[in-house]
Amino acid sequence: MARSLKKGPFVDEKLYRKVEKLESSGRREPVKTWARACTIVPEFVGYTFKVHNGRAFIDVFVTEDMVGHKLGEFALTRTFRGHTNKKEGIKGGKR
Amino acid sequence: MPRIVGVDVPDRKQIRYALRYIYGIGPKYADEIIERLNLDPTKKAGELSESEVAGIASLIDSEYLVEGGLRRQVNQNIQRLRDIRCYKGERHRRGLPVHGQRTKCNARTRKGRKKTVAGKKGVKG
Repeated sequence: MARSLKKGPFVDEKLYRKVEKLESSGRREPVKTWARACTIVPEFVGYTFKVHNGRAFIDVFVTEDMVGHKLGEFALTRTFRGHTNKKEGIKGGKR
Repeated sequence: MPRIVGVDVPDRKQIRYALRYIYGIGPKYADEIIERLNLDPTKKAGELSESEVAGIASLIDSEYLVEGGLRRQVNQNIQRLRDIRCYKGERHRRGLPVHGQRTKCNARTRKGRKKTVAGKKGVKG
């Protein structure tokens, strides 16, 4: 279900303030964050975020197209290494 | 058989239903169009006068996104998701369901026909 418009988009306060601070200082360094649920607002465009995926921080460079999505959408949490190859039969299968 | 916006040739059905053969026009828009042009919804598509057909065509042309244009827009939306490397785009690329459905079984619409993998032979290695 979509979020109520009344509330507006969810933006992580702390992260937002951090970006503001960077903005005013003019620096463009990556921001480490766990706030995967945070919506990307136009102010974030041009910054790089290091978004946690549960294990590591994934570099996400925010472009204009990404506005409105959540940070977490760009840091995948699952690794899929493919299914076992029948002929070779290694990788995971066969005991 | 009247031709409305390019290739569409709805036939001997009532216009209310015939219009829905156009990609991008469903029950809602079909009724809306009829309403706006003051047509009789039960009239058969084949019985429409030329001016009525022209009227429908020009209205659709000017105010509705149908057929090629709509298909293009849908594809662009998907392409956008792919390009920004987000989760949904990734699912589109891999041909897996996008809306969080299970893939342990089913999901055949997206995954295509079953690819049977031979099971292990013999009992215990």
